[in-house]
Amino acid sequence: MFILITGLLLGGTYALIALGLNLQYGVARIMNLANGELLVAGGFAAFWAYTAAQVSPVAALVLVAPIAFAVNWLIYRIMLQPLVSRAKSRGALEVDSILATFGMSFALVGIMTALFGGGYFNYAYLAQPVDIFGSSYAQNRLVAFVLAALIGLGLWLWLSYTRAGLRLRALAVNPASARLVGIDTRAASAQAFALGGAITAVGGALISMFFTLDASVGILFTMKALIIVIMGGVGDIRGTIVAAMILGICETAVARLIDPGLTLAAAYVLFLGILLFRPQGLFGKKPT
Amino acid sequence: MFRRTLMTATAAMALAVAGLGAASAQETIRLGAAAPQSGPLAGGAAVTHWPAVRLWVQQTNAAGGLQLASGKALIELVEYDDQTNPQQAIQAAQRLATQDQVDFMVAPYSTGLNLAAAPIFAQLGYPQITGTAVTNQQPELAAQFPNMFFLLGRTGVMAEDTAKVLVDLREAGSIGNRVALVNVADAFGIEMAGISKAVLEGAGFEIVYQSSYPLGTQDLAPIIDGAKSAEADAFIAWSYPGDTFALTDQAIVQGFAPSVFFTAVATAFPAYAGRFGEQIEGVLGMGGVNADDPAFQAFSAAHTELAGQGPDFWASAATYATLEVLGQAIEAVGSADRAAVLAHLQDRANSYETILGPVDFNENNDNERYWTVGQWQNGVFRGVSARGRDGAVDVQLFDGWN
Repeated sequence: MFILITGLLLGGTYALIALGLNLQYGVARIMNLANGELLVAGGFAAFWAYTAAQVSPVAALVLVAPIAFAVNWLIYRIMLQPLVSRAKSRGALEVDSILATFGMSFALVGIMTALFGGGYFNYAYLAQPVDIFGSSYAQNRLVAFVLAALIGLGLWLWLSYTRAGLRLRALAVNPASARLVGIDTRAASAQAFALGGAITAVGGALISMFFTLDASVGILFTMKALIIVIMGGVGDIRGTIVAAMILGICETAVARLIDPGLTLAAAYVLFLGILLFRPQGLFGKKPT
Repeated sequence: MFRRTLMTATAAMALAVAGLGAASAQETIRLGAAAPQSGPLAGGAAVTHWPAVRLWVQQTNAAGGLQLASGKALIELVEYDDQTNPQQAIQAAQRLATQDQVDFMVAPYSTGLNLAAAPIFAQLGYPQITGTAVTNQQPELAAQFPNMFFLLGRTGVMAEDTAKVLVDLREAGSIGNRVALVNVADAFGIEMAGISKAVLEGAGFEIVYQSSYPLGTQDLAPIIDGAKSAEADAFIAWSYPGDTFALTDQAIVQGFAPSVFFTAVATAFPAYAGRFGEQIEGVLGMGGVNADDPAFQAFSAAHTELAGQGPDFWASAATYATLEVLGQAIEAVGSADRAAVLAHLQDRANSYETILGPVDFNENNDNERYWTVGQWQNGVFRGVSARGRDGAVDVQLFDGWN
């Protein structure tokens, strides 16, 4: 039971890390290597709000999400739109976007170091235990898990049952055809990218409740997010969430039953297995 | 347009440089420093390394500079980011020596980067006085790199003294025999855990839980759960900053309160107390200082004023002391003649007055006086075990998270 719940809580954290990237890569076709830095920026915003103004990280989301949405929309419009316009193929766009966002990640690390310094950032919010089935868990992780579940569910409902969501799904399946049926792909891509960025920043704000962050830790999150998105299937929210949960439970089980040193190995074995036997990801569609 | 901007910028810079040249008719000593400002160790360096280095430069210059035979010389600090990358640390040292032509260099931050940079420091002939390197290879290193000096301690001694705290507590009847031993899976953690295990088992302790976790892991609930299930009397973690915080956090959440709770790097950071407040009363950690020493208190106050944060209760003072040693050696020689300063440092008869107390070097270039174990007592991280330093206080039993 301890393993299952701890694993689920960890999975919720992973879902927060990866959901945004899935939207950005799956829909807007931008492989955003600065994803982790934007997550850390969200975490710093929450840290700042909590320490400077005593605003709880959950309440800070009300501000973090729209600001992150606007910032990411601007990033897409100013920096990435030209790449999309000039790219001759999807492959070319991927290479360009990887290079551009990789550069952006360094710039963001520099900016955050300049603004906040290079030290460690953490704070205590809801760091009290809560008992479930006889074991104690951190309240902040539970809160993050519940919010991750709500965000995931909301996002899935929105994508599945609204017209705007339908547009994004059409874009994810085939950008060229989406244009033919009258979807403004530019606007929709910018929207998807900005939404992905907002979710990433929200994830960062929630994760900052129990993770010690510093300006240059972002790359760790990017790596994790990449694995989860590829495992779950590009462009499918359900896949990301399921993959995040599987990874969380698998890592916790290995850590508790075998050896904590093998968690990384376990994660990559799982990843390799999926790449070998289901290269399109758990919920991905086979390329036609 | 671009070219014109570039030319204007170049011209402006040339003017600025010329202006500097005119202003500094006085002799200056150029001091190079390459240490992490990005990468995994940037967080630690921002607490321990950079403020101490900048503080020494600022205070020395405020006092008019170093006293050379030809008059006072101000210090000019040249900083580089080595990105926590050994290759970059080597390149930065090379660049500082050849491009910037600095007179002296501050040793890098952390054991790994100091070892990586040792050959290039030796090759270029710069003294490398380390305040953040903890290793057991000092005799070999000193034989191979006679320009390398050590202020912070040896891994073997740190691990032995930590184990000794447990032995003493058991002899006093305060704790039982069961120890949980965990470590971060890198060179530091593996070495420390290996020595601790040997010493503890030699002393008749039973290791009831042992595990390691990859560098960068912060999801450590399974480890605390494992140690708790094993009903350990003492918990010893050779951890790095991120995991030090995460282990403590999880132990509080799961109510795991053994009689001894020890975490390694970052336990002595002010941020640790900032994060956990009064809950950490009685937590043991690596390092320590004589917190009652006026010299340390003055250093702490100046550090807080300059950096907006206090020093850590361990290596900050040692880093500052490395520069005090260097400065005193330069003043004793009376010039920025590197070879002469190095010869002065290598002369074992010389000793230096630092905020740590007196420092001198033995045949392994090691200052054999350092703090090994500390404990949070009333909001201050006090040294409870030391070699050759006064002011160690008694260990208190950890009585749970308040």
